This record gives sequence, C-alpha cells and structure tokens, in this order.
Amino acid sequence: MINQLPASVAINPRFDTWLRFQAGRTVRVATGKVEIGQGVVTALSQIAAEELALDLAQVVMLSGDSDAGPNERYTSSSLSIMDSGAAIRAVCAEARALLAARAALRLNCAVEQLTVAEGVFAVDGAASGVTYWDLADEIDWTQAATGTAAPKDAKDYRIVGKSIPRDDLAEKLTGGAFIHDWLPDDLLHARILRQPGPGAVLQELDEAAIKRAAGGTEVLRSANFVAFVGADEQAVEAAAAIAPGLAQWHGAPSISPGQQEADWLRGQASDDRRYGAPDGAGAGDLVQATFSRPYVAHASMAPSCALALFRDDHLTVWSHGQGMHPLRLNIAKVLDLPESAVTTRHMYGAGCYGHNGADDAALDAALIAVRMPGRHIRLQWRREEEFGFEPFGPAMLIDMSIRVDQDGKPADWTAEIWSPTHVQRPLADSGSLLAAEALKSPPSAQISDDPPEERGGGGTRNAKPYYDIPNSRIIHHLVTDPPVRTSALRTLGALPNVFALEAMMDELANRAGDDPLAYRLSLLSDPRARGVLEAVAARAKWPERGPGGESRGLGLAFSRYKNMAAYAAVAVAVSVDEEVRLKNIWVVADAGLVINPDGIRNQLEGGAVQGASWTLKEQVTMQGAGVTSLDWDSYPILRFAEVPEIEAVVMDQPGQPSLGVGECSVAPTAAAIGNAVAHALGIRIHHMPLTRQRIMASLLR
Amino acid sequence: MAQTYRFTVNGEDREVSARPDLPLIYVLRNQLGLTGTHYGCGLEQCGACMVLVDDEAVYACTRTMDSVANKSVLTMEGLGTREAPHPLQQAFMEEQAGQCGYCLSGILISAKALLDRNPNPSRSEIATALDGHLCRCGAHTRIIRAIERAART
Repeated sequence: MINQLPASVAINPRFDTWLRFQAGRTVRVATGKVEIGQGVVTALSQIAAEELALDLAQVVMLSGDSDAGPNERYTSSSLSIMDSGAAIRAVCAEARALLAARAALRLNCAVEQLTVAEGVFAVDGAASGVTYWDLADEIDWTQAATGTAAPKDAKDYRIVGKSIPRDDLAEKLTGGAFIHDWLPDDLLHARILRQPGPGAVLQELDEAAIKRAAGGTEVLRSANFVAFVGADEQAVEAAAAIAPGLAQWHGAPSISPGQQEADWLRGQASDDRRYGAPDGAGAGDLVQATFSRPYVAHASMAPSCALALFRDDHLTVWSHGQGMHPLRLNIAKVLDLPESAVTTRHMYGAGCYGHNGADDAALDAALIAVRMPGRHIRLQWRREEEFGFEPFGPAMLIDMSIRVDQDGKPADWTAEIWSPTHVQRPLADSGSLLAAEALKSPPSAQISDDPPEERGGGGTRNAKPYYDIPNSRIIHHLVTDPPVRTSALRTLGALPNVFALEAMMDELANRAGDDPLAYRLSLLSDPRARGVLEAVAARAKWPERGPGGESRGLGLAFSRYKNMAAYAAVAVAVSVDEEVRLKNIWVVADAGLVINPDGIRNQLEGGAVQGASWTLKEQVTMQGAGVTSLDWDSYPILRFAEVPEIEAVVMDQPGQPSLGVGECSVAPTAAAIGNAVAHALGIRIHHMPLTRQRIMASLLR
Repeated sequence: MAQTYRFTVNGEDREVSARPDLPLIYVLRNQLGLTGTHYGCGLEQCGACMVLVDDEAVYACTRTMDSVANKSVLTMEGLGTREAPHPLQQAFMEEQAGQCGYCLSGILISAKALLDRNPNPSRSEIATALDGHLCRCGAHTRIIRAIERAART
C-alpha cells in the first residue's frame, strides 16, 4: 500500500490526465516532465509499462502538453523520477487494479485468479481473451486516483532496471527531430532586436536601412520590443545582424570591469539569512579560506527557438522550455489573455541544463504571433543573443571558517556565501520573461529570492556538510543587484559550495596528517555515503596515490546532491604543467532503485564533463553595455581532445526508493579536480576557473 | 540576383534558385527540407552544421551556394534511416552516444569523413577529427566509443 499520495497526483488527481486507453492496444501515458536530453521520458515509459504489465511498445508517451497532460511545474532539480515516476507508478498500479476488478466480474472469477500480460488477462494461467481495451470504457477515468493500490514488488520487475535505448535518440540520429527542424508550410521566420537591459529605451531605429539590407523583411515594433519577420530566413537574420548598429538606446546598462568577478559581490546590497547553529566561539584553531566561481553560462548548443500560432483567438506556443504549464500561465499574463486561450506544447531542444533562453524565446514568438494572426511564427535567437541574454549561473564567493578540535577534526563549521539569486524562472515570484521588460508596461521590479532550504536551497545548496560535525552554520548574503540576470543552472550553488567544502576536507586532512579518504570516512556515519567513497577509491587505486607535488595528482570528493538526493563520489587523475590535463575520471553513484542503468551512467558521465568544463575553462565576461563573451572562442568549453576516459558506476539498491541522480556527479567532479590539482602542485587554487593563467600565477608565488 | 544551381544532394540531382552568397545551410533546410543539418553558431565554431561536399567535411553555415555548384553534398539524412541505419548511426544507437543530440548530425558527418580515409582510427585520431565539434552535454566518451564500434563493423 502507498500511504502517501504522490504530490503530482494530488495536484493532478484525475486518471484521464495521466492515462488514455487507445486503439491498437496502446496506452497513452502523460507526464509534465520533458525530454531535455536526459532520457527521462524513456525511463518514465519503463515505469508505466512495468506497472500496467504492458510491452514497452504499447506505451505512447505524451510529454509537456499544457492542455492534455498533468501540471508538474518544471523539469528541474533531478526530481523527474521522484515526482513523475512516483505518480505514474501509483496511477498505473491503481488503473491495473480497477481493470482487474472489472475483469473478475466479466470472467466470473476472483481477482486473485487473474494475471495480465500485454494488457490481456488470464484466469489461472489460461488466456481469457479479455483485454484492458475491452474493459476501459466501463470505468470512469475522470475519477480521482487515490494511491491506494499496491505497486509491483521490485523483485518482479521485467522492464524497470533495464538499459532500454532511448526512442528520441534514434529519431535524432536519423533526421531533424528538434523544434528547430519543424518548418510548417505557412511559416514566417523571426528574429529580435534585444533591449540591451531593463529600462533601456529605444530612441531611434533606422528601419529604412534595415529594409534595404534585408528585402521583404517586416519590422514590428512595440515600445522597446522590435522584431524582424519574413519568409526568407537569411534576410531576417541579416536584418537582426545589422539592427544593433542602427539603433540608439537611452539608459542601456553600464557594467564596470570589476563587476564580472565574484569578489565584487562582497559588500554589495544583500538580503541576509542564517541557517544552522548559533554563533560558535569555542576553542581550537581556526582554519580559513576563500573560494569563488565567476558567472557561467548554460551555453546551449542551439540558439533558443519557439513557434507560435494565433488563430481563432487561441494562441498555441511550441517551446523547448522545462515547464509548459508555468510557461502558459506566464505568457497569458503578459499578453493579458485568459489562460484557457493559450496552449503550450513541448518539443525537443538542445540541452539547456537549467533555465536558459527557451522560455524567453517562447514569449518573443507569442508577441509576434498575436500581431500576425493565422501564420506560424518561427522565432530563433542569434548565437550572440544566446550568449548575451540567457540568465547566467550566478557568481559565488564563499568564506570558509572552521574551528578544529584537538584531534584535528572540524568542531565548528561556517560557510559564508555571497551570491545573486539562483532562480528567476517565470512565476517564481522573482522572475519574468525577458521581452516583458521591453513592453509598454514592464512588470514592476520584483524582489529576488532563492529556492527554500527544504527544496535544497539555491546559493546555499550543499553548503551544509554531510559529514558528522557538531556545529555548522551558513550565512547567506543573497546579493540583490547583480550586473546581469541570473537563474537556475545545473546544481545551482552546489558546484561552488562542494568545491569549497571538499577542498577544506582535504586541507583539514593534510593538517591532521591524515589521508583524505580516511579522514572523510572518520566523519561519515551514513553507510551509503561511505559506500560510494570506498568504491570510487578502489577504482582509482587510491592506496597507490603517493605524496603528490610532482605535476601528477589524484583527488577525490563526495557529495549527496541537495543532501537528500543521490550520493556521488568522484575521483580525478590529472597532470599539470602549465595547464590542467584530465587523465581519468571515476564516478560512483548510489541512486536507490535504478530505472535505466545506462541512462544514469550517461548522466553521470555528462555531469562529470560539464562540471570539469565549468571548473577548468568557463567564465562569462562583461563590460560596458553588456556581456562580451558572445561566441565559442570567447566562451570556450571542454573539447573532445580534453575529455578523459570516464568510468561511471551505479550501485543498484532495488530495495530503496529512487533518488534524483541527473545532477549528482557535477559538483563532486569540480571538487575532485580542485583536490587533484592541489595534490599535483602542492598549492591550492581557490578560484574557478582553474586556467593556465591561474596555474602559472600560483607556481610563481 | 538569385541564380540557378545544380548539385547532388544525398545522391539525388537537385536544382535550386539561390543567391550566390547564400550559405548552403539555408538551402538544405528551408528549400530541400533536410533539417537534420543544424544551425549552431554561424561562425564555424561548433560543427553542428557539418556536411560533406565532395567527401570533405565542411561547415554548411558559411559555405556559400556558388562554391557547391555541380558538387556532391551529403547530409546526415543521406547516411541511413531509422529502419535501415548506416553503421555509424547504428553504432551511436548501440552506445547511446548522445544526450540532447543536437550536435550529433554534424558529428556523424565528420565521423564518416574520418572512417572513409582511415578505417581504423585510434582514440586520439578520432578526438582530433572531432576537434571542429562541440558537445555541451558531455557525451564525448560515448561518441568516441561509437565511432570505434562503427570502425569495427
């Protein structure tokens, strides 16, 4: 029995929001979570097929549809299997029970005599010929699910726990499968002239020159929102490319050189919070260090794209955003339309890794569509727009201050954090869609906030040590007026916080004359945390590590994402001459019950590479009117020749609930690199990215 | 201004009307409906738009129409289909080599160019051949494994 109704079912109680028994002996299963390259829709289809005792081919997934599917807010925070997986499991188990009860009546037998395979019932093992689809019409699917049916026992799983290949990947490998690739016959292409910043006013725009350069392109203007629309994509692109040079703005932002650095945050206006133990004085030595991470980008491979069609007073928007229901509500609000007049549908986009320009592009397209009814508007951002106007991962500055007892163990731990907000998604009460700022009545400035602690926090994410430490506290300065818009980027504050925390663990171990692994284990009572650390150490041949300091380093790190999702330990081997070269990465994760092992390994590997890229290479630069890292040369990421061999291992725990796993390897990889570099150099570099310049500077010190 | 160009695309003779300086990607996607070739940056920096022109991997985002006249172009659609995949597509599926997948169409093309000239590339030769490509999801090791697998088949 499930004692608690999954939260997604409580919000979307009707069976028919989740399930529809269709022709061809298939079942349509709906989810509010969307495929963003993480394979989650395949994993959810496995759960549905398992509980409904169907073949996988009989499950047809519907994902991210504001009208026909459930509202599960955003696909974020590694919650899809925990939220939607739990909901689909409960709803499918209960639907199967309802159908079995009808089958027992029809077949004049006891429910206990029934078994079902591929939707066909058998009585005492003999095929009955009665199917789900024969019975489905006899059940009122508008009723609310109660969550009272027992799901299958994990030991009976046939499909859950198998590495089922992703359906979407096969599609993407053989043709144009993305929102970018959908070109309806009647479509008009569109591009935007972006307002340089909130409050900037367009004084002058030489529309005649634009039209001369881009024949057939129409210029739409509404206050400070300007769009170029036409049937010829390259002409529209050309218009958008020359427009910034033909526009004069008043009140454009002015960013001073120091503002792009994390240390600018110290002393800025902030909203201050404290969590954990009261101030500790205490005896013992104080160990202190300051760490930082600059602004970083989602840097999606594809410029954001959306399509919109306004026809018969109804607006349909196709988007690759992470939350179709919140997007519908927000677009309706900006356009002053009833929510029922707007439909939002998800289509595949390039990986976003959080809140990037996807939602903003959707509003851009919608604003144009309502001005040009009856035609599909295909809006695409330009590359420099993607780099210049996405909401960035915020810079963070972290002061660590640890009082150590006489055994060299941490007795009192303080992390003091400065960071702009990590969430300005529309409807987070602190964010809005970009183009709304350019309209005649821009939304009033809102107070930025961070996700609450019970959801894992934002700037504070993973700042609290998972280790056994008597007193710990977090002092959080939520910086309220950063030079650029910031929002959710994979792991939020966990990457910088774990980088700092795990660096301190190594420093404290060195100080105590202990091995970093043994030191950590002496402070970890959770056996699952110990399990991943011990396993990764064995794979990395940790006992053969040696003293370091000879340009070759081996480092490890641990974290449990949000201190409540999957456990991950990472070891990294590096060589360092003038720059860091990654030799090997080993990742071990414990994610409870595993739905699709290869899907998880793929996420662990990708998280490690992305974490390494942020740690070694990435920084958003800005000056004057805005961001200056506007292409892949000025915003380099890890390349093929720089990616090492990666071994990712998932410890299966079929008796344990599934734990969100999609982000868990990112932060410990960053920290393990920091520790490996310190091991190689004998000097710690506290500030990300660990560039050649920083290595050289530290070697000269 | 527009001119008529004849060229071969995925083995078929095509005739299109386009300006000489129009980048090939617009013709492939908007005139011929071959949307598997992706726009990423327009700057020859990311490789999402890679196609073969006379067996050489080139960036379709900057390669102009007048430079491909009477030549032979191969896009990812010309490799194979879901039902009858090319060995490279098959290997990528078997290795689940990709996450979001946006970069893969261009990478398949460079991988084909590599295997055509070097049927048994080493890991570092593969990485070098993919130097013109970016993958933001971190599927690099799987992509390299998939190309090694395709080389064996």
